[in-house]
Amino acid sequence: MSINSESRPIPSFLANTHTPDTTTFSGNKGLELEEGLIFELSDNLHKSGIDIPAPSNCEKRLGGLERSGDIGLPGLSEPETMRHYVRLSRKNYAIDMGLYPLGSCTMKHNPRLNEKIARLSGFADIHPLQPQSTVQGALALMQMLASYLLELTGMSSVALSPKAGAHGELCGMLAIKAAHDAACNTRNIVLVPESAHGTNPATAAFIGYKVKTLPTSNSGTVSLEAVREALSSEVAAIMLTNPNTCGLFEPEIVAIANEVHKAGAYFYCDGANFNAIVGKVRPGDLGVDAMHINLHKTFSTPHGGGGPGAGPVVLSESLARYAPLPYIKRDGDILQLVENQLEAKLDGKAPLGRLTAFHGQMGMFVRAITYMLSHGSDGMRQASEDAVLNANYLRASLKDVLTQPFGDKTCMHEVLFDDTFLKDTNLSTLDFAKAMIDEGYHPMTVYFPLVVHGAMLIEPTESESKANLDQFIKTLRALAREAKSGPPERFIKAPIYTPRRRLDETTAARKPRLSWKPTSKVDKVAE
Amino acid sequence: MRYLPLTSQDRNAMLERIGVNDVSELFADVPPDKYLRDLVNLPLAKSEFEVQQEMNSFAGASMPANSLPSFVGCGIYHHHVPATVDHLIQRSEFLTSYTPYQPEISQGTLQALFEFQTQVTMLTGMEIANASMYDGSTASAEAVLMANRITKRNKVIVSGNLHPHYRELIKTLAHYSGAKCATLVPNPIGHEELIQEIDDDTSCIVVQFPDFYGHIRDLAPIASAAHSAGALLVVVVTEIIALGLLQSPGSMGADIVAAEGQSIGNGLNFGGPHVGLLAAHLRHVRHMPGRICGETLDAEGRRGFVLTLSTREQHIRREKATSNICTNSGLCALAFTIHLSLLGQCGLKRLSEVNHANAITLADSMAEIEGVEVLNRAFFNEFTIRITNKDANDVVETLAKRRILCGVPVSRLEPDKPELSDLIIVAATETNTAIECETYVDHLKDVLQ
Repeated sequence: MSINSESRPIPSFLANTHTPDTTTFSGNKGLELEEGLIFELSDNLHKSGIDIPAPSNCEKRLGGLERSGDIGLPGLSEPETMRHYVRLSRKNYAIDMGLYPLGSCTMKHNPRLNEKIARLSGFADIHPLQPQSTVQGALALMQMLASYLLELTGMSSVALSPKAGAHGELCGMLAIKAAHDAACNTRNIVLVPESAHGTNPATAAFIGYKVKTLPTSNSGTVSLEAVREALSSEVAAIMLTNPNTCGLFEPEIVAIANEVHKAGAYFYCDGANFNAIVGKVRPGDLGVDAMHINLHKTFSTPHGGGGPGAGPVVLSESLARYAPLPYIKRDGDILQLVENQLEAKLDGKAPLGRLTAFHGQMGMFVRAITYMLSHGSDGMRQASEDAVLNANYLRASLKDVLTQPFGDKTCMHEVLFDDTFLKDTNLSTLDFAKAMIDEGYHPMTVYFPLVVHGAMLIEPTESESKANLDQFIKTLRALAREAKSGPPERFIKAPIYTPRRRLDETTAARKPRLSWKPTSKVDKVAE
Repeated sequence: MRYLPLTSQDRNAMLERIGVNDVSELFADVPPDKYLRDLVNLPLAKSEFEVQQEMNSFAGASMPANSLPSFVGCGIYHHHVPATVDHLIQRSEFLTSYTPYQPEISQGTLQALFEFQTQVTMLTGMEIANASMYDGSTASAEAVLMANRITKRNKVIVSGNLHPHYRELIKTLAHYSGAKCATLVPNPIGHEELIQEIDDDTSCIVVQFPDFYGHIRDLAPIASAAHSAGALLVVVVTEIIALGLLQSPGSMGADIVAAEGQSIGNGLNFGGPHVGLLAAHLRHVRHMPGRICGETLDAEGRRGFVLTLSTREQHIRREKATSNICTNSGLCALAFTIHLSLLGQCGLKRLSEVNHANAITLADSMAEIEGVEVLNRAFFNEFTIRITNKDANDVVETLAKRRILCGVPVSRLEPDKPELSDLIIVAATETNTAIECETYVDHLKDVLQ
């Protein structure tokens, strides 16, 4: 008699059943349902999933520019639409389903309280341009978020409006440029380590700076020596990530900050990895001049399949006056949004301009501050410690089967491996990652940072239990063993148990098909 | 703490495996004099109930648009979003997933993005669209920079009737990226002459449709003037529902369309998050910023979707990328797609007709009030009024005290232009009932007496 994985005997009528041919008549496989594009589900243009009362009868005033002809949007009832998107949702992996160890992305638990609060009509149903006297609660909440961020970072002011991490980088770097412009400095170089996120050099170049790349030392960090060598009177700023993208705290950070300031440049810190150090050390104490905070990472506003994010920027005293419009100020009992240059000048400020139409990602502010209140100062510190503990636990449990590019040493909230352990196997980091998918895990970040060959950057976050980590470790150890000595099929063919197998990305880029055309054919199903 | 699964027993066992005695040893690289030994000065952890109570008190201190008659627009509009939309976007698989970098386990997000891109091309009349930008304003600024890359010119002409905050954003980015930005004087009666501004150095001309003051103008003559000078026409749309009723920018010759998609699927949210739409011609796709989803086949020959053309993007191209943008506005784009799928063509058309009709009714009853002048002849769901016998700002504040949000005083967005200080921009949507409109008109009459 066979035994299943929970050590229970399998009745013979089940054990003897042979697996049938895997094709089905419908193309579906049990709970795995094929689903066409919404445009293929209906060719009826006269149906709708929303009942709207008829408009009052009046002659249109559209200046003779009324649309003629069809838009092409198909008509579907509410149940048809509901089913379509529920079916699509089931083709996604999610943090609510399992470990999502994407390094640098901080895929932590998203508390549903935060969603509930963000939907209170006093936050969700207020207009950014309604009279300020009618939105005092919202402004007070933004003010509270600002004060929390300042306390946690030890900085002197915060710009809330940037809409995502990269947008925050842009804000911080523009503040630096504005400060140099005000001092009539024409410095045009920005130093960026080669291990940096791509957004760093892209942001610097976006506003006209030349990017000079700093090498990564043998220990995976940026050396004071390398910074000294690269600094000159042409350097406007350095953009450092700390903890860095190799998962390490930059040990010479204070000396680097001092050196940068001595050279008349500013220190921009990429705050993507802030989750490792909340309540443990404050960037302001390290000499940082500007840093964005990814509220969608550190403070758990959900990633939503790729956004929206939020990227408030904290600024040092020397940059505070250049913060963009709008900002909030207190006038007695009243909170006031300063939305224009005239008023800001009266305040002694010199805003760099405006980065978005309104006041920032209010919906994300609400979620983030709800997260902060729930955790409290004790919970936030514990979260950072657990995030770092979890990463080090993975490191200690995997170091004998995977390989570490910079030797075995303590990491922060993410642990970096390379592909040395796959040498002589003909397997790549990608193959290894795809095999993890078949095991029910979202892969770690792969091929980043670029300084490490075949990088695998694992960030478990504080949301994982020890039992989950142990299961993950067991799986990775088995995969590593199999990669080195087993048959390669498991890796090369992976993933198999997914709605789609590996996709042809080359053809997608060479012959772009970027929208549905009526001529597209639905998938062939078995006939 | 309810969100943290590790027990102290777990922590001790894990420290032992790692080979350290205390978690502080894992922070050994932090300079000892900077390491925080005590908690930061913030309150301690709270229960879910306590947090909810505290947040309720903040939420209660504002006046939400669904609790009173609201006619505030200017780039963000109060529409009804069906319950289905919010339910679907809160499904764990959509809400708590990351950017679809592993396409085999992200087909849900990817297919929805492909549908989103298709819907955006249908509405705008363009060939391609990306997978969304942060919002309409940043999409507009990116459209300008994209035009500069395509034309290899750097003089931008910005209509005075573009939303002033959009204008400021374009000016900010132009200033720091070395482009020249010529901004025209606002023309609230809708007679702006743009064509003569175009010259051989012009990269693009940026026009809002319908414009900030609500006017609708034919864009075709501007497009052809731009094209004959080798320049591009960038069309900005802040009320996307207007395109249910109006000719698409693409059909009038737009080269790039940048739009705010908030009106479909997304709430007011005090200005964010929203969803930026960016659409263009296929021939310009490699100059486009942001993520793009494309169709392809999998190893078994089945159709599937991937993020594509990423050699434009920062994570591959670094300092040579088309933009520094990394995230899109994924979940808001999904809300847009679901709402638009529910509407369908006839629902969208009906919705836009109701908006237009409500605005006409309101404008007509306002035109009869002494002391009010309606400036628009052609408009969609938003128009501008001039208050001739009272201070416009005072009118807005007085009506707010009477629990009517009557519109946006132009002076809030154009504080340095006293000639515009008597104007209020008024929006009416399907959410404004006939009774609300009557209440508004009655109170306005009363205030202006």
